[in-house]
Amino acid sequence: MATQRSNAARLRQAEGRADAPSRRPAAERPSHPDAVIEFRGVTKSYDHSNAGVRDATFSVHRGDFLFLVGQTGAGKSTLMKLLLKEMEPDSGLIRVAGRDLSEITRKKVPYYRRNLGVVFQDFKLLPNRTVYDNVAYALQVTGASRKQIRQQVPDILRLTGLSTKLHHYPHQLSGGEQQRVSVARAFVNHPPLLLADEPTGNLDPDTTIGIMQLLYRINKTGSTVVVATHDEGMVNRMRRRVIELQGGQIIRDEVAGGYGAQPTSESTAEFGALLRGEPAPAPQRRVRRDPDAADLFDEAFSE
Amino acid sequence: MNRVSFFLKEALRSIGRNPIPSFAALMAVLITTLVLGIFIPAVQLANGAAADVRDRIQVNVFMKTNATQADVARVRARLERTEHVKDVVYVSKAQAYAEQKKQNPEAYDLLGNVNPLPDTFRITPDDANNGSAIIAALQTKGVNGKTTPVDPKIGSTKESKNQAAKVVQITGAVKLSLGLLGGLLVVASILLISNTIRLSLFSRRREVEVMKLVGATDSFIRWPFVLEGLILGTIGGVMAIVLLGLAKLTILNQLEGVATLISRPDMIQFGPLIAVLVLASIGVAAAGSGLSLRRFLRV
Repeated sequence: MATQRSNAARLRQAEGRADAPSRRPAAERPSHPDAVIEFRGVTKSYDHSNAGVRDATFSVHRGDFLFLVGQTGAGKSTLMKLLLKEMEPDSGLIRVAGRDLSEITRKKVPYYRRNLGVVFQDFKLLPNRTVYDNVAYALQVTGASRKQIRQQVPDILRLTGLSTKLHHYPHQLSGGEQQRVSVARAFVNHPPLLLADEPTGNLDPDTTIGIMQLLYRINKTGSTVVVATHDEGMVNRMRRRVIELQGGQIIRDEVAGGYGAQPTSESTAEFGALLRGEPAPAPQRRVRRDPDAADLFDEAFSE
Repeated sequence: MNRVSFFLKEALRSIGRNPIPSFAALMAVLITTLVLGIFIPAVQLANGAAADVRDRIQVNVFMKTNATQADVARVRARLERTEHVKDVVYVSKAQAYAEQKKQNPEAYDLLGNVNPLPDTFRITPDDANNGSAIIAALQTKGVNGKTTPVDPKIGSTKESKNQAAKVVQITGAVKLSLGLLGGLLVVASILLISNTIRLSLFSRRREVEVMKLVGATDSFIRWPFVLEGLILGTIGGVMAIVLLGLAKLTILNQLEGVATLISRPDMIQFGPLIAVLVLASIGVAAAGSGLSLRRFLRV
């Protein structure tokens, strides 16, 4: 087990030297042991006629911002559930951070999930806890000390623009604000991977942009972000990698708008402008920051 | 320590947020404990009463009314020699008359000064089951199958078994019906508790689902619920015990002088009874919440 891990680390190092960001379609891309998410021939069907996901193969790299698009029932949520290990694939291999999910025992699943931030369409907040307590719960679960909680929760709430709503209950907030709480909870542990399943499905266009900007900001801290959505218009404007599903099969895996056009980095404001379909404001190029400690999965679940 | 206080806070918060299901669970524990608290001593009482009656089984030997002092002395010697006889008490005509007259003065007033009662020996057998053996020993079988007493002056020999058997039967029936009733009530209470806990869990299944999604381990989710059950069980149990204590003080202690049956020396003491009840109520509550949780944790 220990040698396996050090091997993986060595491979990761080697890859870091050799690998310039290669944004080719997944099918041609060689499978990298350090890909944050790797699906190989994954099939999951609910019954004979109804395929959840059929033979899905793709990988997602560290720091990527990936859209999963497709109509209702296309298999987006199935993919999310497979990643959360809420269910098991019928066949195929899923690796997250190089770790085969089928090797994680039921008992270790909670520790695995602490490395994922999850955002849902229906927010899934605890209804009888305040904004502060909802976010703090994600830390309490990991056994964080009271001091840690008192430091981290206000920080993340400031980042998500909820500083004034600390003691409100979810039902006292607007949909957009509830989703911000949900994002704050997902990100308070600084997970290397953030999954959002239709995060803006219940929100109006303006609020949607706010939430997407928030997710983008999180992506810029180094977290890999996967967003499932059926809002294709928004996705096409954003020029990010898109995987489109139909009837459980991947029918498209590319960067919307063409690879050449993709900027390496843009500010949150530029990102928001893209979303609105406006011409981008004067570009303020920034050096892509190096991944920091938050990018690396902690080893807790690989024990 | 941090964690324990967190769990405790969570449990109290959940009781406060769901006052009605919590109250129902508390009542269920209270009722179960009350039932057990009444049922355990009641069964013991019935058992004790039956044992008492069994001890009282006697063989009565009635002399003929014309028996003389010499006859009495001879029969007494004979009786004392008989097997299985533990004790012989002689009750003379006059004593029997006085006894009966005291119990039923009107009937004896009607009789005037006539004493219809014979001299009697009351024999206590060494064991309740040996009464009939004594009777058999005091009789000889004639050729025609008729039995005659071993002494011509013995009128008849009877075991007071008929009445005894009746008492034993009645206490048995009481015991059985109490047992059935108690059993039914306990089963009903357990169902009520598990149902209450299941309901309160069902109303919080979304919460449990969210907890699992943010990476809470099963035990992290379970502990507040189990603690909640423990707190409710303890409160319910203590309330039931206070009620039982009040009942003992106000009813049983008053009756003790009147009905000796109610307090028996071998009956369970109040202290141990309380210990049993506390353990039962807490155990039932904890087991109930723990078991109900198992299903819901498989998200």
